[in-house]
Amino acid sequence: MSDKDSLDNMPVNEVASDSLVARFDGEVRSDTREGYEGYIVDANMLPEVASVLRDDLGYDYLSSVTGVDYIDDNHIEVVYHADQTTGGKGINLKVQLDRENPIVPTLVPIYPGADFQEREVFDMYGVKFDGHPNLRRILMWDGFHGYPLRKDWKEAYYEEDIKPFDSRWPGGGVKRSEADNPYGKNVNYPPGFDINNWTPETDDSLYESLEKTNSNGKSLHTDSIVVNIGPQHPSTHGVFRMVVALDGETITDLQPVMGYLHRNHEKIGERNTFLQNMPYTDRLDYLCSMSNNLGYALAVEQLMGADVPERAQYIRVLMAELTRISNHMWAIGFLLNDLGAFQTPALYAIRARELILDVFEATAGSRMMCNYMRFGGLARDFPDTLRGEDTVKFITDLVDNTLPKAIDELDHFLTANEIVRSRCIGVGVLPPDKAIAYSTGGPLLRASGVSYDLRTADPYSIYDRFDFNICTRSNGDVYDRYLVRVDEMRESTRICQQVMRDIPAEGEIFSGKPQYSVKVPAGESYGRVENPKGELGYYVVSTGKANPYRYHVRAPSFVNLTVLGELCKGHKVADAVVILGSIDIVLGEVDR
Amino acid sequence: MYGTGILKGMGVTIRHLVDSFVDDMRFLGQRYYSDSSMNIRQGTEGRGVFTVQYPDEKLPVPEQFRFIPFLLYENNEDGSTTDRCTSCGICAKVCPPQCIWIERSSDPDTGRPIPEPTNFYIDIDICMNCGYCAEYCPFDAIKMDHDYELASYDRTEAHIFDKARLDKPVEYYASIRPNDYLAEETARAEELAKKAAKKEAAAARKAAAAAKKAAAEDN
Ligand code: SF4
Ligand code: SF4
Repeated sequence: MSDKDSLDNMPVNEVASDSLVARFDGEVRSDTREGYEGYIVDANMLPEVASVLRDDLGYDYLSSVTGVDYIDDNHIEVVYHADQTTGGKGINLKVQLDRENPIVPTLVPIYPGADFQEREVFDMYGVKFDGHPNLRRILMWDGFHGYPLRKDWKEAYYEEDIKPFDSRWPGGGVKRSEADNPYGKNVNYPPGFDINNWTPETDDSLYESLEKTNSNGKSLHTDSIVVNIGPQHPSTHGVFRMVVALDGETITDLQPVMGYLHRNHEKIGERNTFLQNMPYTDRLDYLCSMSNNLGYALAVEQLMGADVPERAQYIRVLMAELTRISNHMWAIGFLLNDLGAFQTPALYAIRARELILDVFEATAGSRMMCNYMRFGGLARDFPDTLRGEDTVKFITDLVDNTLPKAIDELDHFLTANEIVRSRCIGVGVLPPDKAIAYSTGGPLLRASGVSYDLRTADPYSIYDRFDFNICTRSNGDVYDRYLVRVDEMRESTRICQQVMRDIPAEGEIFSGKPQYSVKVPAGESYGRVENPKGELGYYVVSTGKANPYRYHVRAPSFVNLTVLGELCKGHKVADAVVILGSIDIVLGEVDR
Repeated sequence: MYGTGILKGMGVTIRHLVDSFVDDMRFLGQRYYSDSSMNIRQGTEGRGVFTVQYPDEKLPVPEQFRFIPFLLYENNEDGSTTDRCTSCGICAKVCPPQCIWIERSSDPDTGRPIPEPTNFYIDIDICMNCGYCAEYCPFDAIKMDHDYELASYDRTEAHIFDKARLDKPVEYYASIRPNDYLAEETARAEELAKKAAKKEAAAARKAAAAAKKAAAEDN
C-alpha cells in the first residue's frame, strides 16, 4: 500500500491531527477537555497553522469564527471551524486569549471570509485581530460602550443571569419592563461619561475607509461621491444600508452597514434554557424557520446523544425541503422586484409558497414561526385533514403536481426573458476560488461551480437515503444564481416525492418523554444544516446545566455579505441592488 | 425574437386570469364567502387566484393554529366553575420570553399554598406564540387560542391580560380544537379507568388477604 492509500483510508480528522500536532510540536495541542474536540493553537502561530491547514491539508473553507468567554478561567477563546470543499467532517481550532487584553493575528489574508466574522468577535468580545484591514464594530454602532457577549455584560432590561426568572412564580408581581426607566439603574455609562456634553460619533471613519478613485486621465473629471442606500430603502430587503463610493455612476467601493435589527440573539440564547431557544431560532431567517429548527435540534441532539424516530426523520427532511422551495420562490420573486418587475412575478412565485405555508400552519401551528422540532423528534404529527382533504393526499398532490408546475411556470416566463437575461448575465461575477475564499455558501457558492452542499458533503439527518443532485452552474453571475435556485427547487421536489413514497405510515415522532427542561451533558457541538441560503451552523457549549453556556449562530446571510463589496465593484448602483437580491439575505439572520 | 419574453409573461398573466373565471364557473357559488370556500380555492383542486377579501372573508385557521394562550375552567352542574390550573408554575418556567406571571393562592390561616392561582397574567405583547405553555402544562389547563384580532388603542395596560380576560370555558376549547379535546378526554378517561381498576384490584387483594387471615385465625 502506498503512503497515499493509507492516508486516504484514515479518517480525515486523524490525518489532520497527526500532521498538525506533529508539525507544530507544543504549539498545537489536542483539545482534551471533556466533550470537546479540535486543537488549541498558540495565538502567534495561528496564521502559520491556518496556512498549513488550507494549503497542505485541504481545509480551504473557513466556515465559522466565533468567541467564547470563559470568565472563570479568565480567558476568551476564539473558535474557528474549517472544512474541505471536497466534503467530510470539519475541523476546529481554538485560540485562548487573556481576557484583559485579547489580541490574535487576523486570518483575513488567508481566509478573506473571516473579515466580517472577526469584526463580529471584536464587536461582541473586544478581541483585537491584529492586522485586520477594517477592524470596526459591525453589529453595534461606533461609540458603543462594552462588549455585549462577555459574561459580565448586562443588557438594559437585565433581570437574572438565566431563565426561568424567580419573580414569575409563585409571587406574580407583573410589570412591564418598559416601565423601568431605561435611563435609570439599567444603563451602564463608562466612567466620566457626561450625557449632556456627548456628541455621537460620526460616520467619518466609515466614509474614509472606502476606496475612492478620481478619474485621472479620463476626458471628463469626476469627483468621487459617497451615497448611502438605506437603511430605509425598498431594495435592501429590510433595514440594511449600503455605503457606496461612486466614480460617476460606477461603484468603486461598497461597504454594507448592518445591525439595525440586532437584538443580541446569542445573549438571549445564553439566558434561555436549551428548549427555550427553539422558538427564537424561528426568528433568525424567518422565511426558513423549519430548517433553522432542524439545525439547532441537531446541535443539541449531538450533545445529548438523542435518537430520532424514523417517521420524525422523514418529516424533518420533508419540512426542510419544502422550506427550501418556499425560500427560493421568495428569493426569485423578489429578485424580479429588484429588477423593476414590481410584484407580479413575486406574487406568482409566492402563490405556490402559500400552499407550503398551509402545510406548516396545519402541522406546526404557525405559518412562519413554526417552532416544530424538539430534541429527539417533533412537536406533533401531521393533522388528519388539511383544507378538508386528507393531509397525506394534500402534501402528495402538492409535491407531485402543484409545485413542479409552479416551478415550470417560473422557468417558462423568466429564464428566457430578455430583460432578465440582459440585466443578470455577466453581472456580479464571483469566480470559484474567490467564492471559497470568502466562505460564501448556498446558491451563491454553487453558482460559481463549487459543488459543496452539506447534504452530501457532511450528510445529516437521513439525506444519505435520497437520490438527488447538487446543482451547480459555472459562470457565477446573477443569472446563474437564479438558475441554481430553479434547479434546486426541482431537486427538492424530488426529495419530497421520495419522502412521501418512503415515509412509514405510522410510528413515533418523538423518542422518550417530552420534558420541559432538558439537561444536556457538558461539551461543545457544532450542528449545521444546508439552509436555503447556505451553511447554517450552531455552535453550542454546554456546562451540563439547563442553559447553554455559549450559543452561536453561524448565519449564512451574514457571512455571504462579506463578498458583497467585491461583487459590486465596477458595476452601476442599479446592479448593486440586483446583486444584493441575488445573494438573498434576510436581516433577521444577518443582524441577529 | 425580441419581445417573446414579454409576450410569454403576459400569457402567464392571462392564464391566471382565465383560470380564476374557469374556477368560478366550475365551483359555482362555492368559491367565495363561505367557510369551506378556501378548501376549494387553496385545496388541491383550485387553479385560479386565491386572494382573500379580509375582513369580509377570513382564512379559516387549522386546528393547530396558535395565538395567545387562554386558561380553561370547567362549568359545574351547580353553576359554579372550577379552574383547571393548579398554579404549578410549569408554564411560567418554560415560557421563553418569560411573559407569564402567576400568583399562587395560599391559605390565609396557615399560609400554606393552595393549588389554584389567585391571579394569572400574560403580557401579550411579549408572548411569542410559541405554544410551549400549552404543550407542557400537565393539567391541560392552558391552551392556545385561535383569536388573532387583538388590536387595541392602548398598548400598555390593555395588553397585560389578567385571569378574568384569559379565562374561557372548556366548551370553547372543545369547539376550536375538537380533535385535541377528544384525544385528551379519552386519555383522561383511560387514566381514570386504570386508576379505578387498580383501586379495585387493591381492594380485592385486601379482601382476599383479610379472608385468608380470618381463615388462618379460624384454624
Ligand atoms: S396553566 Fe398549567 S402549567 Fe401553568 S400553572 Fe396552571 S397547571 Fe401549571
Ligand atoms: S405561547 Fe409561549 S411565549 Fe406565549 S405565554 Fe405561552 S409559553 Fe409564553
